[in-house]
Amino acid sequence: MMDALWNLIGDDLAALQIAMPLLTATVCILVRRPMLAWGVAMFNAWGAVVNASILLHRVLTTGTISYAEGGWPVPWGIELRIDLLNALVLLVVTCICAVVLTAAPRALAAEVPEDKHYLFYAAYLLCMTGLAGMTVTGDAFNIFVFLEISSLASYALISQGPSPRALTSALQYLMMGTIGGTFILLGIGMLYMVTGTLNIVDMANQLGAVGPNRTVLVGMAFICVGAGIKLAVFPLHVWLPNAYTYAPAVVTAFLAATATKVAYYVLVRFIYSIFQVNFAFEVNRLDAVLIPVGIAAMFVGSLVAIFQDDLKRMLAYSSVAQIGYMVLGLGLANEHGLTGGLVHVFNHALMKCGLFLVLACLLVRVGSTKLAAFAGLGRRMPLTFAAFVLGGLSLIGVPMTVGFVSKWYLVLGALDAGMWPVAVLILLSSLLAVIYIWRVVEVGYFRTAADDAPEVSEAPFSMLLPTWVLIGATVVFGVWTSLSVGVASAAARMLLGGAS
Amino acid sequence: MSAASAVGLAVVWPLFAIVLIVILRKSPNLREAGTLLTGFSLFGVVAGVILPVVTAGGRPRLDVLEVLPGLSLAFEVEPLGMLFAMVASGLWIVTTFYAIGYMRGHHESNQTRFYICFAIAISGAIGVAFAANVFTLFVFYELITLSTYPLVTHAGTEKAKKAGRMYLGILMGTSIAFLLFAMVWTWLAAGTTEFTPGGILAGKVTGVELMVLLALYAFGTGKAALMPFHRWLPAAMVAPTPVSALLHAVAVVKAGVFTVLKVVVYVFGIDLLATTDASRWLTWVAAFTIIAASCVALTKDNLKARLAYSTISQLSYIVLGAALATTAGVIGGGMHIVMHAFGKITLFFCAGAIMVGAHKTEISELDGLGRRMPFTFGAFLLGSLSVIGLPPMGGSWSKWFLMLGAAEAEQWVMMLVLMASSLLSIGYLMPVVVRGFFRAAPADDHHAGEGLHEAPLLCVLPPVFTAVGGIVLFFFADDLWRLLTGMVP
Repeated sequence: MMDALWNLIGDDLAALQIAMPLLTATVCILVRRPMLAWGVAMFNAWGAVVNASILLHRVLTTGTISYAEGGWPVPWGIELRIDLLNALVLLVVTCICAVVLTAAPRALAAEVPEDKHYLFYAAYLLCMTGLAGMTVTGDAFNIFVFLEISSLASYALISQGPSPRALTSALQYLMMGTIGGTFILLGIGMLYMVTGTLNIVDMANQLGAVGPNRTVLVGMAFICVGAGIKLAVFPLHVWLPNAYTYAPAVVTAFLAATATKVAYYVLVRFIYSIFQVNFAFEVNRLDAVLIPVGIAAMFVGSLVAIFQDDLKRMLAYSSVAQIGYMVLGLGLANEHGLTGGLVHVFNHALMKCGLFLVLACLLVRVGSTKLAAFAGLGRRMPLTFAAFVLGGLSLIGVPMTVGFVSKWYLVLGALDAGMWPVAVLILLSSLLAVIYIWRVVEVGYFRTAADDAPEVSEAPFSMLLPTWVLIGATVVFGVWTSLSVGVASAAARMLLGGAS
Repeated sequence: MSAASAVGLAVVWPLFAIVLIVILRKSPNLREAGTLLTGFSLFGVVAGVILPVVTAGGRPRLDVLEVLPGLSLAFEVEPLGMLFAMVASGLWIVTTFYAIGYMRGHHESNQTRFYICFAIAISGAIGVAFAANVFTLFVFYELITLSTYPLVTHAGTEKAKKAGRMYLGILMGTSIAFLLFAMVWTWLAAGTTEFTPGGILAGKVTGVELMVLLALYAFGTGKAALMPFHRWLPAAMVAPTPVSALLHAVAVVKAGVFTVLKVVVYVFGIDLLATTDASRWLTWVAAFTIIAASCVALTKDNLKARLAYSTISQLSYIVLGAALATTAGVIGGGMHIVMHAFGKITLFFCAGAIMVGAHKTEISELDGLGRRMPFTFGAFLLGSLSVIGLPPMGGSWSKWFLMLGAAEAEQWVMMLVLMASSLLSIGYLMPVVVRGFFRAAPADDHHAGEGLHEAPLLCVLPPVFTAVGGIVLFFFADDLWRLLTGMVP
């Protein structure tokens, strides 16, 4: 029976990453009962994790997987193509989807009316469809299509937030996101004009033959800016703090760890696989843009985070800073730097998602994510608060946490590139993280809760468990790095080697 | 038990105390018994199993795991680390006895948290002592910083919080900005961060870069309290006195100077520094810190603040020993880790005993107190002599070797600095004793003439014990010297 099933779907795993959530999203709408819809979504999400693990294992053992959709031969048909790079991103995205979904029912109960829960799960699954689609596809135009699917779904998710400002935030994101999507589409259109193909591998080959060309250059500019908006790279980040602050807490946790990560993947894919190192960095000096922008993001994001009173907004600005690290790694364009950027996708997803889940716990119990709500939390919710401290240490980059691993590779990358001032700046910016994290730790441990504060107990187990799974993972993958660093550095070598 | 597994055990053993402390938290007596049990057994493992192997020339090694390529968590015991681990684990026992007397006598709250953080800090100190490479050392260095933060802010007052901010800001700031950078640089240049006799940088880093790298290490180790990164230490005096005694006179600050010494000997190699003169500037920074901190100490009326500045000054002795880059210099530095530990912990114990027994914190209030607290003030006298460096205290030997090191390096100015510093330390330590024993008690002191009025027994015995230990060390300096010669090939 299992063998038969395996024979049936074994080769279609990549396609199932897109088809399953799309299908289950409709099922969610049909069943309407919140817990039933959640069960369907959970089944799909954890299935996707298993699926992504198998795909990564296959890529590691047998190399890149190419899947011709509908049996149409590549490059005429649409190809799903999974190599080390997107296998890693896919694993991150599916794991986060599944873990956040596990915590969702209790968290949603505090923020979203129960009769809308099934719609929420449907939108969540659609968003997942889009993200998985962008990740697995080998077709440039498909990236745009799936980007729009995930974006539309995420506008809906954000607007579910309890505050009326959730709607304006969603609208702001909608406008910015649409501009970003349109730019990407324009860029792809220009590349299509020159190469006559939409298949990524084919496009890369054709571009190599074209040589210097203004249309390609303009296309690259459009794509970089468009992906930059979706990635919220400074100074294109303005939508992000509002969206993260006013969205329901689980949505923030989900988007912070997946949407920007996939946008980063798209940027890496276009720059390294399609335009390739020579065109992007040697002919056009893209690093002269990316490195300063990354550094500016590191500092602006962290500095602004220091002055936030709402912790969701603080972590949102911290995300802007962390995205700066990733962009910096991308811009360094050497093996250590790119490894640092890619491994930070993995690492930052773990820690930021864990931290936002802590805030979700706080919303359920205390009903606020303001700094004042943390008063006395060290005593009132010790496990939840300990998770915050540990996640914060990871954000700072204390050794034996994932943050240290990322920073190590980024600093190495900067020194390899002969840019020691950049290495100094990376380390200095992590000191800013000490400040904004420690503000919270002080309040949690030393400020006693107001006398009229309601009695609170530890967060519900169904939320505490996922939170600690992620926070625990920040320590585990800070010590045992062969999966994250191993895949990321192999992917970096592959991308720098020019092969895709 | 093999020596290698004993090394691993010693690092995690203090954490075992946490389990006992948490289980027994309802009964303070049993809880402290748990800490003591762990302390005695830890010292047993360090002194009974590991020490004989190291004395015989062995270097027990334990590889735990490779975190990143070329960056592994590993332990290897050499003489210097052996010595530091002995001091930290041995004095932990004494301090625990003292803490029982002090914390109860002073009615401190949150004692369970106090003992837990203390145990983690000791684990960190042992980890630093036994680290086989810069990375492992860095990991445990940060563990010490994080675990002592709750101890510094123990009181939870606005002042304590402010001190905590400075503590964390300077220690973590310097370690991330400089020490981590130095580590990455070392790794890139040498392809390893392993501590190797003779150093790993010869021929790989040269000229001015060598000086810059040394500066990153010296200032990155904020715990060594080199000026201008010394302010955290006086600030940390807001902590309960047992913390000031063991951590801010022994474990934390010694972890700092130990790091500097170890990096100089095993990463740079003293031959490299001696031939390139790359550490010449550091002798001047250390000399400045020695003199300047002593002068500041003279101006402080608060006893703990004065002792804190004295510590800053004395720590730079060890940095100076390292920077001289001579055999006698590094041996003197290593020896001073032990001698100063015994001297300064005595002084802090006494300061705490005075606080608990007579509720006095300022030196100007101590007039005539020596007649009521003769044991405390007697111990203070012995501790002072050791810090000053006079026989029959162990402190005279370490100073002797440091002088010898300065002579070997033909740095006569440094000999003068050391002598001047001795005079200054007489100037800031002796008034305490003189006031206590020879000044008459103020007229409005209605306790005067009431006879013996010492602090609780557990506050008085530990300083007497460590003061006597200072005398004993005077006669066993030869053994220390023989052990330490093993670190320079």
